[in-house]
Amino acid sequence: MTFIGNKSDLKVVGTRPVRPDGVDKVTGRATFGADYTMPGMLMGRVKRSPHAHARIVSIDASKALALPGVKGVVTAADFPDIPSEEAFVGEGPMNFRDLSLNCIARGKVLYEGHAVAAVCAISDEVAAAACDLIDVTYEVLPHVIDVEAAMAPDAPLLHADMFTANVTPKPEKPSNIAKKVHFTVGDVAAGFAQADVIVEGHYSTQPVHQAYIEPHACIASAGADGQCHIISSSQGHFMIRAYVAKLLGMEMSNLKVTPAEIGGGFGGKTVVYLEPLALAMARKTGRPVKMVMTREDVFRATGPTSGAVIDVKLGATKDGIITAAQAVLKYQAGAFAGSPVQPGCMCAFAMYDLKNVDVVGYDVVSNRPKVAAYRAPGAPIASFAAESAVDDLARKLGMDPIALREKNAAKAGTKTAYGVTFAEIGYEQVLAAAKNHPHWKAPLGPNQGRGIATGFWFNIGGESSASVFINEDGSVNVVSGSPDIGGSRASMAMMAAEVLGIPVEHVRPIVADTASIGFTHVTGGSRVTYATGMATVQAAENVIEQLKTRAAMIWDIPPEAVEWKDGQAVPAGANAGGFDPLPLAAIALKAAKTGGPIGAEVSLNAQGAGPGFGAHICDVEVDKETGHVTVLRYTAVQDVGRAIHPSYVEGQIQGGAVQGIGWALNEEYVYNTKGLMDNAGFLDYRVPVASDLPMIEAVMVEVPNPRHPFGVRGVGEVPIVPPMAAVANAIRGALGIRMHALPMSPPKLRAAVDSGVG
Amino acid sequence: MPHVVISGSAWRQFTGGESEFEVAATTFRRLILELDQRFPGLGKQVEDGMAVAIDGEIYQDAYDAPLNEGSEIVLIPKIGGG
Repeated sequence: MTFIGNKSDLKVVGTRPVRPDGVDKVTGRATFGADYTMPGMLMGRVKRSPHAHARIVSIDASKALALPGVKGVVTAADFPDIPSEEAFVGEGPMNFRDLSLNCIARGKVLYEGHAVAAVCAISDEVAAAACDLIDVTYEVLPHVIDVEAAMAPDAPLLHADMFTANVTPKPEKPSNIAKKVHFTVGDVAAGFAQADVIVEGHYSTQPVHQAYIEPHACIASAGADGQCHIISSSQGHFMIRAYVAKLLGMEMSNLKVTPAEIGGGFGGKTVVYLEPLALAMARKTGRPVKMVMTREDVFRATGPTSGAVIDVKLGATKDGIITAAQAVLKYQAGAFAGSPVQPGCMCAFAMYDLKNVDVVGYDVVSNRPKVAAYRAPGAPIASFAAESAVDDLARKLGMDPIALREKNAAKAGTKTAYGVTFAEIGYEQVLAAAKNHPHWKAPLGPNQGRGIATGFWFNIGGESSASVFINEDGSVNVVSGSPDIGGSRASMAMMAAEVLGIPVEHVRPIVADTASIGFTHVTGGSRVTYATGMATVQAAENVIEQLKTRAAMIWDIPPEAVEWKDGQAVPAGANAGGFDPLPLAAIALKAAKTGGPIGAEVSLNAQGAGPGFGAHICDVEVDKETGHVTVLRYTAVQDVGRAIHPSYVEGQIQGGAVQGIGWALNEEYVYNTKGLMDNAGFLDYRVPVASDLPMIEAVMVEVPNPRHPFGVRGVGEVPIVPPMAAVANAIRGALGIRMHALPMSPPKLRAAVDSGVG
Repeated sequence: MPHVVISGSAWRQFTGGESEFEVAATTFRRLILELDQRFPGLGKQVEDGMAVAIDGEIYQDAYDAPLNEGSEIVLIPKIGGG
């Protein structure tokens, strides 16, 4: 069934009810990972490496174990030595051996903060004291932090068995370059030969953290019969189950994972850090073990996204047709292979209809924490460089930057550099909305500038399960396996209510544990409203068929003679009989007499998610004396398909924009010469706060996705793609200087003003 | 027959550099089997780590995805997200 065509007929979808989990969250009743306790619970702590790169000579835990109150210590020796095995369980390719080694070091530590042991004790204080008593002897090795230094032939080597993949002939020597990727369309040399104007730029970005408010936390218990239970804050409890079972050599049926409320993830909670350690200690001691990271732990030991170095070259005719686009992207992966350079390469120029494109990417390891997914992984980094270059091209051509983008805009039928031909997309509509917004033509003052940049993300569907149950009083439960990060309880309840034709207040959404609902992939990739929403809609439709059958039984007429309208069963026509409508509650009341409980569960693998596009307009004012940049006005336009709950779609757009502005202006990891992080806390790692920014105006363009019953497209990834270039282009307008390196912080702005070079 | 395009150079090692070809297949599952027969190792690579775009729509892990006569089938890396 589809509901796309008649938006005006929708009664629930598109409205803004209070979110079902809202009261609990604003009153403090919601239980997050760190809020749980269990009888006999121990507290766990991690002993972390003080070195960027070192060989572990020995670990002596005898003094720690002798400390009163200490109940157990685990090291790599307590975990199976996992062989190399690629999988795609979380939000990107994952090697289980790397995952295991990242959770607890074996033989070598590869970054400051790398876990070498974990201890559990009767209190957090005792556990912390015990950590200090674990005696680890290291042989310190040379380290490498920056991406291009790590690529040098004589760079300190992290993995002796890493040979660059996808190059011919196969390298004879190992290196820190895990793989090379290459996407090409047409002939870039010929394209540049046709160009009247060429722009080039050398750009760099720094790793930035997802900066979720809630640090990682979990509690694990193990029964004498081998049945284990983890409660944790994550983006996917089925992912936690899969990873922990693999790392500890367990059958999945022996592990139940319950999702705690989650205080932000943005991709960073699609991997495991603490859960395998907590469960290993719970199994060893027979007592529940709770572990909670400090903010410092989060910075030193969990994945930010990559820093990168990017070279971009664009060519165009004098009337603004882009004839060639070329880029080389070098992404930091952290200590283990797996940066998002591949999607970065695919997204860099995806907004444009180009005949000649060549993009090369390198995935490079260095002595930093392993990167994790962060909204639209890889795309914001590539787009910072590509969209800055497009802005330079517009200036050189003397063209309006939106007009240049319109002239080269991707549309249905455009073949992308990564080979796919776009179907229905909304990039042109997004550009039109940006051009027609009053912001684009508003006057600017002295030292002020305006920038625009655009962005793309694929969006995905994937495996989801949802069930809809009718309670005895006619109220409804919607149960899903998707942790609610961005308001998905609300959107699931609203879609079910719309299909059933009842007020949303009668629908109570629940997120079930791994033993209570079918497999559901992580909440990430902007897939939940699309895929879990599709499962919810199908389950609700199944329930309607049951309700019609039950009504037919009550009326003693054939089921085909019953229709479902506005939450009630009605006779399909005059021939069906003159019955009064049967509301859902009346049918529910007779469920026992008509066949038993009414409900349906649907598990599916949703396809055809439909890509998303956004365009952001940013106004800044630059204080040339201090180098401080004030964001004066910010408008974010995005094709959202169809907004189920507009407030939460706007919230996704606003949140992505704010994170991107932080990435642009302030956020970076600062390393000292020993390879140690100097700013592992929010005092020194500056994220934007509400008082730093104006209200972000979110403009929703609705080009419904024909593959979803309500036209949904994913909305959470796209809004973080354009901000860095939008801010950089605005600074370019204000200062007349192109800033090539992120963050565009006051010291860098001051230096640029002094030298005239960004 | 569906027209298959291999996106990116990394997987062309299986095809001896060939990037576009026709494959007689009506489903994604049949495509994998045909690919593995013609280019040993490619089918497994596609099954384990790749997605497919069929006429512009991305499918991941979907054996039953239908391929039509003349469809454009692009083999791309699997897509995740944040």
